[in-house]
Formats: sequence, C-alpha cells, structure tokens
Amino acid sequence: MRTRIVDALTAVEEVKDGDTVLVGGFGMAGMPVELIDALIEHGAGDLTIVSNNAGNGDTGLAALLAAGRVRKMVCSFPRQSDSWVFDGLYRAGKIELELVPQGNLAERMRAAGAGIGAFYCPTGVGTPIAEGRETRVIDGREYVLEYPIRGDVALIRAHVADRLGNLVYRKTARNFGPVMATAATITIAQVSKIVEVGELDPETVVTPSIYVNRLVEVA
Amino acid sequence: MALDKNELAQLVAGDIPDGAYVNLGIGQPTSIARYLSPESGVILHTENGMLGMGEVVPAERADWDLTNAGKQPVTELPGAAYFHHADSFSMMRGGHLDVCVMGAFQVSAGGDLANWHTGAADAIPAVGGAMDLAAGAKQVWVMMTLFTKSGEPKLVPACTYPLTGKACVTRVYTEVATFHITPEGVRVTATYGIGIEELATRLDMPLLA
Repeated sequence: MRTRIVDALTAVEEVKDGDTVLVGGFGMAGMPVELIDALIEHGAGDLTIVSNNAGNGDTGLAALLAAGRVRKMVCSFPRQSDSWVFDGLYRAGKIELELVPQGNLAERMRAAGAGIGAFYCPTGVGTPIAEGRETRVIDGREYVLEYPIRGDVALIRAHVADRLGNLVYRKTARNFGPVMATAATITIAQVSKIVEVGELDPETVVTPSIYVNRLVEVA
Repeated sequence: MALDKNELAQLVAGDIPDGAYVNLGIGQPTSIARYLSPESGVILHTENGMLGMGEVVPAERADWDLTNAGKQPVTELPGAAYFHHADSFSMMRGGHLDVCVMGAFQVSAGGDLANWHTGAADAIPAVGGAMDLAAGAKQVWVMMTLFTKSGEPKLVPACTYPLTGKACVTRVYTEVATFHITPEGVRVTATYGIGIEELATRLDMPLLA
C-alpha cells in the first residue's frame, strides 16, 4: 500500500494498548524521538517495547518508560550509565525484562520480516540464555532454536526519504532501522527531509518503500 | 614489573595480525586502537554497524550519528562501510571477523568466558553483543587484570559466574602474564614481574610453560 506522509501524532494513531512496538536506535543514534513523543501524547499503554537499549537520560524511550506506558522491555543492553529511568522501574518490579543477545535481537526481527519460522543460532550455547531451550547439533556444532520477533508497529529514524517511502540512512544511525522496517505490520519512519520521487539514487536506497507505511518529516 | 594499562594495550595491538578485521570490546580493549598503526592495515568493526572505524573524538567534534559500541563519538576512516545490525552480527556469526578482544570477569582453563553478569540478585543483566562475539569471532582474546581488587584469580579452573560463551577464549592478556588456552592446557607465554611458580600457586592450577 502507498506510503502516507503525515504528522507524528497522526502517524501513531493506530497504536493500541498491548501492542508490540519496535523502536529503532542504538542509544540516541537513530532514536525516533519525535515519534516516541507522539506515542506518549497518543496515550497507548501496556506496551511491549523491542529496542537495543532501555532508554537514555530522560528523553525518547526513557520518557515513554517514565510515563508508565511500557509493560515489558525486550532488549540486549538495558543497563547504562544514563538508564536511571529503566533501572528504577526494574528494581521496583514495575517492568518486565526479556534480555536478548544483540545479534539475536537483530536476526529474530530479520526472520520475522523475511517470513522465516525459526532458526538455529550458535549464540548463547551453554549460557543461561539457552537454559530450557531446544538445541540441536548440526555438522558437529551446537545451536539454539530462536523464534522471530514481530512488531505491530515499528518506529524508526532515517535520514532522507522520497515521497514513495524509500529511505536512506546516515552513518551508524542506520543500526536497527532497516531490519525493524521489515518486521512490523505498520512501519513509521521519521526523516529529516522528504524529497520528490526520482531524487534519490536507486543504488543508494537502503530500505525500499514497500516496507514503509507512514512518513513523518521532522526538520 | 607488571604492565600498566597502556603497555598492556600496546602488547595486544602488537599481536593483532596485519590486515585483520577486529572488534574491540567496550572499556579497556577500546584503548588498543591507539597502538594500531595505519601501516598494519587492521580494520576495526563496531557492532552498531561500521567497518573502518577511526578514533574516539571529544564532544565538541562529535557527530552523534557516528558512534562506537560504547556510544562514544568516533570518526570514519577512508574505506569505511556502514551496514545494519543484522549484517553486522552476520559478520561475527558467519566467521568473517578475525579477532575480537573483550574484557572479562572470569575465564576458565578450558576457555569459557564470563563477562556479562555477576549473578548478584539485584544486578540488572545486560549482554549486548558479547555472546554473539564469543560464538562468532574466529579468535576471542581477553584483556583483563589477572586478579580482582580483593586478590581473587580471574583465570580459574571453572567459571562461577554465568557464562557468555563456552570454550571460546584462545588468549588471555593480563598485567602480569599472558596465556594461550590450548587443548593441552593453559600455556604461559610471558610473565611481567612474577615467577611462573608463584603464578601457578596464586592461580591454583597447573600451567604449561
């Protein structure tokens, strides 16, 4: 379906209580702060958030957590020097945590976006992460069965989009954006600039428009 | 004389083969980059999505779209490439990364690595890319102090902390000795200010010389 260009609040209007929301960014690089602010204003709660970290400082994802909208965090690295909002909620027993190794987090979303039912992965073999999980020896090496992570919604930040929704990113702010864009029912991309169709070199497009449902320009 | 942190970083840098693709873990291993010469052709991988990472820069020169795995601002070198997270970790798991150097809480004589969780009840667990690196890099090297602040060995017969990876560490670099983990046992490759017998006594394990 054609990508709609909308304001941030309109972009997130379909998010429902209890949804799983994939949130791009590695720390603040690639974090879609304005989309998260809109999600806070929209008011949906009881959310499961999938993101590499569990918020930095008091803005972006940390603000969503502080607003009490998140039931569960799925992430690889919640504990950071500036993750005081998550730390407080976790220690008070007010938020669930599913800790996923960073590469598994990316690959499980890639699997969801690519229609893969599950996959065997060597990461975490012999560690607490693999306890109680199905394992299998293939060609003499042990693997753990991993299932896809699919989102109802993905909130990502890219650099420039054309009006069709093709995306280019900037430097390491790319991080989870291209993977999350494929793994959600509705993908919402925040970009610094929207250009006319034909202005992006097709060879440089990283996320093709087919994966993008809503575009929000944040200058 | 025991090595200081800079001497240790320099030692590790000198052992990295020319032209290797290398991931340096958050914290002390990051400092190894300072001792890699451009002539070595070593290319640094950062798991947030870049090959050809340059040096850490101060905040006034920061581009916050260009950071390392510790979220510090860095530079890009000529020949750099950017990629998304699934590609970045495919480079590890797919066996394309030659060396990774990580810190550790404990390494076992069999090469098991523990560096993500102390197991303390009130600790907030965080693993990041450590398990993927442990499972995927061709060689996993550890750079750490050999003893804790209270004097407990960190190279141990068996890890008591939760594991990051099994039988993955091949070398251990510390301020008083360096080790190769081999199928025959733990081999001491150099010592700094300590005799090998004292080392074996303090570690309470057999050592190959």
